[in-house]
Amino acid sequence: MSSKAFILSAIRGIGQKGKPLPELPSFGIEEELESAFRKSIEANKGQVVNQEEFSEWLRANNFPKIVVASTSIPFSATISLPEDPHELDDLNLAILEGQLGVAENGAIWLDDRHLPHRALPFITEHLVIVLLKSRLFPTMHQAYEEIGNQHSGFGLFIAGPSKTADIEQSLVIGAHGAMSLRVILV
Amino acid sequence: MSHPQAATEFLKDQAKAKWHDETLWFVRDKRDRISKTIPEWEELRNLASQIKENVLSQLDVYLEEFEQNAQKNGIQVHWAKDAEEHNEIVLSILQKQKCRAIVKSKSILTEECHLNPYLEKNGIEVVDTDLGERIVQFLNQPPSHIVLPAIHLKKGEISELFHEKLHTQKGNEDPTYLTHAARLHLREKFLKAKVAITGVNFAVAETGEFVVCTNEGNADMGVHLADVHIACMGIEKIIPRRKDLGVFLRLLARSATGQPVTNYNSHFRSPSPGKEIHLILVDNGRTAQLAREKFRNSLKCIRCGACMNTCPIYRRSGGYSYGSTVPGPIGSILSPGLDMKKHSTLPFASTLCGSCSDVCPVKINIHEQLYEWRQEITKTHGELGKGLSMKLANGIFKSPLAYKISGNLMRAALKTLPKSLIYHPINSWGKGRNLPETPNESFKDWYQRNRK
Repeated sequence: MSSKAFILSAIRGIGQKGKPLPELPSFGIEEELESAFRKSIEANKGQVVNQEEFSEWLRANNFPKIVVASTSIPFSATISLPEDPHELDDLNLAILEGQLGVAENGAIWLDDRHLPHRALPFITEHLVIVLLKSRLFPTMHQAYEEIGNQHSGFGLFIAGPSKTADIEQSLVIGAHGAMSLRVILV
Repeated sequence: MSHPQAATEFLKDQAKAKWHDETLWFVRDKRDRISKTIPEWEELRNLASQIKENVLSQLDVYLEEFEQNAQKNGIQVHWAKDAEEHNEIVLSILQKQKCRAIVKSKSILTEECHLNPYLEKNGIEVVDTDLGERIVQFLNQPPSHIVLPAIHLKKGEISELFHEKLHTQKGNEDPTYLTHAARLHLREKFLKAKVAITGVNFAVAETGEFVVCTNEGNADMGVHLADVHIACMGIEKIIPRRKDLGVFLRLLARSATGQPVTNYNSHFRSPSPGKEIHLILVDNGRTAQLAREKFRNSLKCIRCGACMNTCPIYRRSGGYSYGSTVPGPIGSILSPGLDMKKHSTLPFASTLCGSCSDVCPVKINIHEQLYEWRQEITKTHGELGKGLSMKLANGIFKSPLAYKISGNLMRAALKTLPKSLIYHPINSWGKGRNLPETPNESFKDWYQRNRK
């Protein structure tokens, strides 16, 4: 007997009565979406900035290697995208486009139709996500309703910069992935 | 080693034990505060519990649906009836890839299957990439907590370890400095690995995708740079619908660490062009647990660790005192199902206060199952030395006269008997317990005197 057959017949042999699958209500939040989203991102140690603040930060840092995969704001890449994501190891900044944001926890949905490399949001030193204010939703319930079951090979809810508290529960930003997250709401 | 023996070891360093207790309580407190910001929290727990009960009641149907959809997506699905077969499947994939070094993100299942020693024996270098897991791997230790693997270590110990392994400055204990040293060390490993292994938090039957949650981003760093992704999951990790993720992702991180959501929640549905995803569905005792009606719903667990953070015994005895891959209250109801003899003391490592059941996001009746396991273990292994005294007590309680005489005798004896008799090495009851002050008269005597 194959292991698949073994496992399935072991389950069937128990002879359980099926239990019902509940319908899910669509819980909302009371707070206004933009202010709730802003607070959530800040609590996750990210920042919400406007375009002017972002331009200023960009000028001050003068990053040599920038990749842009967003069409909503006028910033241009300084390098062309390599075929092999390993070459992105010294990338300073990735500017990506978020498909929607969740107010209750700051999670932003990115899927690989908008990601030239799946590694981009992780391997970059700093991450900037551009998000339309009209694409904010109250909770994860509405977010999944909006995403639906449409096929994307890879999809990601990202809610902040890479972080860890594995040493004595002290919060440290920048474990393996991006050292900072900025969200530009437009 | 039994739980009480191992706990005694842990408690030898009293200052560290106190820190451990307080730190986990702090995490529990964060969980409380954030859960109270969600008015529908209890409703979410009910929904999560009902979804999981539905899954367990027709697990065969969902597993087949998941497999079909995953295969349509281009994921290669494997089935393993036990740990051994799981490990062999992983090794065969690595051998096909001619891969000698892998990166692995957090997976309790691979700990349960003892994958690391198996692969190392077969000449493969395994690098755990979660910071806490890398720390305990350097020490040749297993994780002591399923969410906070290195919670039993102080920064001084980690600083010394990193000085030896990563050549950090001697005596520099700054967590930011140490974390960034590990970042550089692990970045090198990520860039070189051809195969990356991850666990699975949820697998969705209707879409054939699976979800992995981390805060560090280590699972994604490994997977997206490697050619082959191997994901290992217990068969109970299935959920029916994509929208069910909304319920579970709202509960998981809030219950685990008191944060609103993990920073990276990756949904893997199809491999990138030219790459491979393998998914291994593992039984390893799960169908046997499913067949035990009283303990079936322990399989609802989503591995948040909330029951550990709240448990007065776990906090004061440390993860290693349990001697099982999953420690704490949930481990104490899962592990006896795998090996009742080895884990026979675990269901007794509880005050039965019920705090574990109160915080469980999927409403597992953990403390009731602990009590049930005690009955099973006592039936199988006898009464653990209490048999004779219980029989004696039975005789005394049966006869009012015997009760009255023995009561008088005891009150007199407890005052005059030498302490060495009670706090004697062979009297395990005397360990860590004090006798109460004995009253001068029985309640019956007092009652009769005061009624008049």
